[in-house]
Amino acid sequence: MALALAAFAASACATAQAATPTQVGIRIHYSRFDPNRIEVPAGVPITFTIVNDDPIDHEWLIGDSAFHNRHRTGTEPVHGDRPDEVSLPPMSIKQTTLTFAPGTYTFICHFPGHEAYGMVGVLVAKG
Amino acid sequence: MRRFIAGAAALVAAFVVSTQPAAACAGLIGPNGAVNLLRTTTFAGYHDGIEHYVTSFKFQGGSGQFGSLVPLPGVPTLVEKGGDWTLQRLIRETEIAKRGSFLTAAPLAARADSAEVLMQVKIDALDITVLKGGGEAVGRWATEHGFRLPADAPEILDFYAARSPIFLAAVFDADAAKAKGQNIGDGTPVHITMPTANPWVPLRILGTGKNASDRIEADVYLLTDRKPVLLPAPFANGMQLEHSATASASLLDDLRSDKGMGWVPEMAWLTKIGINASAGQLTYDLAVSANGTVPSRVAAGLEAPANPTTPASNPQGQPIALVGIAVLGLGALLLIGKFAPRSTRP
Repeated sequence: MALALAAFAASACATAQAATPTQVGIRIHYSRFDPNRIEVPAGVPITFTIVNDDPIDHEWLIGDSAFHNRHRTGTEPVHGDRPDEVSLPPMSIKQTTLTFAPGTYTFICHFPGHEAYGMVGVLVAKG
Repeated sequence: MRRFIAGAAALVAAFVVSTQPAAACAGLIGPNGAVNLLRTTTFAGYHDGIEHYVTSFKFQGGSGQFGSLVPLPGVPTLVEKGGDWTLQRLIRETEIAKRGSFLTAAPLAARADSAEVLMQVKIDALDITVLKGGGEAVGRWATEHGFRLPADAPEILDFYAARSPIFLAAVFDADAAKAKGQNIGDGTPVHITMPTANPWVPLRILGTGKNASDRIEADVYLLTDRKPVLLPAPFANGMQLEHSATASASLLDDLRSDKGMGWVPEMAWLTKIGINASAGQLTYDLAVSANGTVPSRVAAGLEAPANPTTPASNPQGQPIALVGIAVLGLGALLLIGKFAPRSTRP
């Protein structure tokens, strides 16, 4: 299972490295995002496939600094019904599609201690 | 005997500052991720190829469930309620020795689809499960049973499972403790008996869930037939040899008179290791050679095992958030509570 997920994530990551990706794969392993820096075209729907390869819960939230400040002090137990807020149970795969305006965004897991541990990535949307 | 128990209880109580239920030797991570460090005390005795771990879970008030995951060097043959005064008597022994200027300077591995439940024991308000499995399997079992593991748990569990795929999961039910009439400060000692070639005390796991700069304090008592050889040598990286001497006859007599401690030999060597390190420093475990040979670098966490082996979730239960990790000296306690604070929807 883990190997299959890893292979899947690797292929998705390769896609992410293409010139103008519309499909991006992100693997979570040992509470890190891989890749943790992504460039995508602005104004184009981007489908993210996020693989949680850990036996613990994670989340993938993407937005600007105000968005993350709200989440840092939040109390909501589960996300999942918004494209920019994805809850990932252990050993799970989820997809979400977003369109970005030009700019720099961060994706973070806001579970207690996870951001400090390094679960932070950067997405740059180029116009 | 009763007199020194009262004195020792005061010493132990001094280590405890949290208002939450906790293991006696614990660092707690609160629901907001804040870490409340507590000093930990664990006893690892070794005689005739059998290792005896004794630690205590202390009820500190509050409600809900708190739990722990502890890597073990082997499969326990017995998990039972520990004696009433072993840990306290050890503390008193070394405190007296310090005042008197007495101070002197293996494994299996794992990976599989699901964790195997080897043993389940209930001790007062503690539900204890002994598991065999890889880091992923044990982590998933824990998650499915309500543990909310900290971010570094997946890597740490793999680290230990590669050395020994045996873990002890304990859930402390504070409400049950209250119902049983336990008062704040009451401890539930647990005695784990397991055959192993040499004693081994996981230390790295003490840093689980903590920031690199967080302080970790722990006391580890070793009782061995002869003076042990330790790796790493306890003079660096926050580890200090605080006591190393032939155990006094009165100590051995007192220990032997406690419940489940009849195995204590007539002569033994008492070692106390003090840990006062940052979590970032604590990248090692304590490998012990009780027979004079060089301790294993793999057991000390200084080298990866050459051939990690593999054993084999167990869905159930409502989600209970892990809010902390604590330590038994031999392992970590992954504390669980009934809330799962996460981010808020904008």
